Amino acid sequence: MSTRNVVLHVADVHKRFAGLHALADIDLQVEEGTIHAIIGPNGAGKSTLLNVCIGRLAPDSGAVVFDGQVITGKQPHEINQMGVVRVFQTPEIFPDLSLLHNVMVPAFAKRDGPFRLNAFQPVWRRTDIRDEAMHWLEDVGLATQSHAIAGSLSRGDKRRLELAMGLVQKPRLLLLDEPTAGMSRHDTNSTIDLLKKFKGRGMTKVIIEHDMHVVFSLADRITVLAQGRIIADGPPDEVRGNPKVQEAYLGGVH
Amino acid sequence: MFNNPARNDWLLLAGFSAVVLCLPVLLEPIGAAYPALMQKFCIFGIFAIGFNILFGLTGYLSFGHAAFLGVGSYAAVWSFKLFTMNAIPAIVMAVFFAALFAVVIGYVSLKRSGIYFSILTLAFAQMCYNLVYSVLTPLTNGETGLQLSLQDPRVIDAMFIEPAAGLPRVNLFALNISGGGYAGFYLCAVMLIICFFIAMCIFRSPFGMMLRAIKSNQTRMRYTGFNTRPYLLAAFVISGMYAGLAGGLMAVTDPLVGAERMQWTASGEVVLMTILGGAGTLVGPVLGAAVIKYCENIFSSFSPGTLHGAFGFLPDAIEDPIVSFLSLFVGDGWNLTLGVVFMLIVIFLPGGIMEGLRRIRMMFNRRPGNGRKIPATQTQPAE
Repeated sequence: MSTRNVVLHVADVHKRFAGLHALADIDLQVEEGTIHAIIGPNGAGKSTLLNVCIGRLAPDSGAVVFDGQVITGKQPHEINQMGVVRVFQTPEIFPDLSLLHNVMVPAFAKRDGPFRLNAFQPVWRRTDIRDEAMHWLEDVGLATQSHAIAGSLSRGDKRRLELAMGLVQKPRLLLLDEPTAGMSRHDTNSTIDLLKKFKGRGMTKVIIEHDMHVVFSLADRITVLAQGRIIADGPPDEVRGNPKVQEAYLGGVH
Repeated sequence: MFNNPARNDWLLLAGFSAVVLCLPVLLEPIGAAYPALMQKFCIFGIFAIGFNILFGLTGYLSFGHAAFLGVGSYAAVWSFKLFTMNAIPAIVMAVFFAALFAVVIGYVSLKRSGIYFSILTLAFAQMCYNLVYSVLTPLTNGETGLQLSLQDPRVIDAMFIEPAAGLPRVNLFALNISGGGYAGFYLCAVMLIICFFIAMCIFRSPFGMMLRAIKSNQTRMRYTGFNTRPYLLAAFVISGMYAGLAGGLMAVTDPLVGAERMQWTASGEVVLMTILGGAGTLVGPVLGAAVIKYCENIFSSFSPGTLHGAFGFLPDAIEDPIVSFLSLFVGDGWNLTLGVVFMLIVIFLPGGIMEGLRRIRMMFNRRPGNGRKIPATQTQPAE
């Protein structure tokens, strides 16, 4: 495992919000093809870390390196076009569009780039994009509702839709912020299966999660954050046995 | 899943064209079948279709589209003065200069969204309006308005035609466009159909889909890998070109232009037309434009005298108060009627006339067996 490429390197990142040290001294390496979980109590800085990775927040110091290129300071759409896709904690979808179009839009981004004035070819003629979108809707179990308006979905379904929107871009690095929160047990398990299905195959995943069931069934490696610092980092068994982690986090939940 | 969308689109286009070209027959019963009014329907229809490409698809509410209308008109009249009385170069110049202005105004205004965008466009339009009156007087002839004169060079015409006595008319080769006849109307009608076709292509294209997605969730678009600024600017410029074309056609059918064409009320009017008809629908803005221009024509021509005539059967004690109350809403006060209608629409029918038609159709559709006409237009509100 140690021989794999490091696809994401968060190098020495600091971020302060008005006195609060949200991220201190974060140094994190994610290896290609793995599922890397980041856990920690509320307010530990997990979401801030993801925001720094996708260019939503600029770190005070340090840098994020993806695939050998520094991505701090780049525009969000540039980072996405490099192959970094994020699934948000509160589902970020296109509430006024149909499910099918919700998934087709990111597929177009992957196919046509950040801007293309393509005004004279009707959407329905692009069967390649439509079939691809339908394929992913089937995978997340929403194909039967493909013509429904996305805003009318339940919260759990919106998450699955957003997952399809992320996967359709075939990202090299998929950042998932609590992908199963608000889902039923059954849907949670099918999401786990879905994420396992694409393990390896050049897709690396970083996942933030509170549900330990999800974390321990998926993760190859776990990083534990508390108060903006990394307090443990290693394979699941090692992290599970770490007394510092149990004190800070695991004991409190289980 | 898709029951032949191409056929439905062609049907919609064919139906739309048929209605527009047959307007002189269709409008006969309601007394609106004269060219001057019908070409107004077409011109404002173009203006509203273009406005809807920006507002209906991206949700960016511009309050400055009258600026492009004015630029188009001035450009067209200058084309008549300098080059030729032929309508085609005038239209081309109108669209070109409107696009130029739209690139500049759009580039700056689109740095902000929401209400700030609206205010920026309004500020730009007011700036254009005031410039027309002040420093640009040599170009615009200030308050008097720009019009043709016998001294104009008209270099291209001068090479080929002996100048006749009196002011020349706008022509399209052999056709006399600005004479108030059917030629002017049919030129505008054909332009409207072309504009409708282009708008339909945009609505159905990936480009249109991206604009709708921007309206729905712009932040998500950025994290989906799209650079939203060029998309918005393209929509803004296309919509500005539509407005420029509308302004150009105004000048083509009546070759004089004053600054009032750029006033903010004209920008507000196109917002009303689009919302009244149904923002984000294809046909709605054209309907809205026609309804507003028709009502303006009817109501503003009423005088207290006509009202007295209409209510003459009542005793004077009742008739006088009714007439004096209603006369607030007609003649010069017709804007009051427009305001009331607009408020009612926004409160009770936010989707405009198209939403109303859809509801009526749904009522009939509950009865089984008559589902044939639905797919052609119902794709609109559903998307």
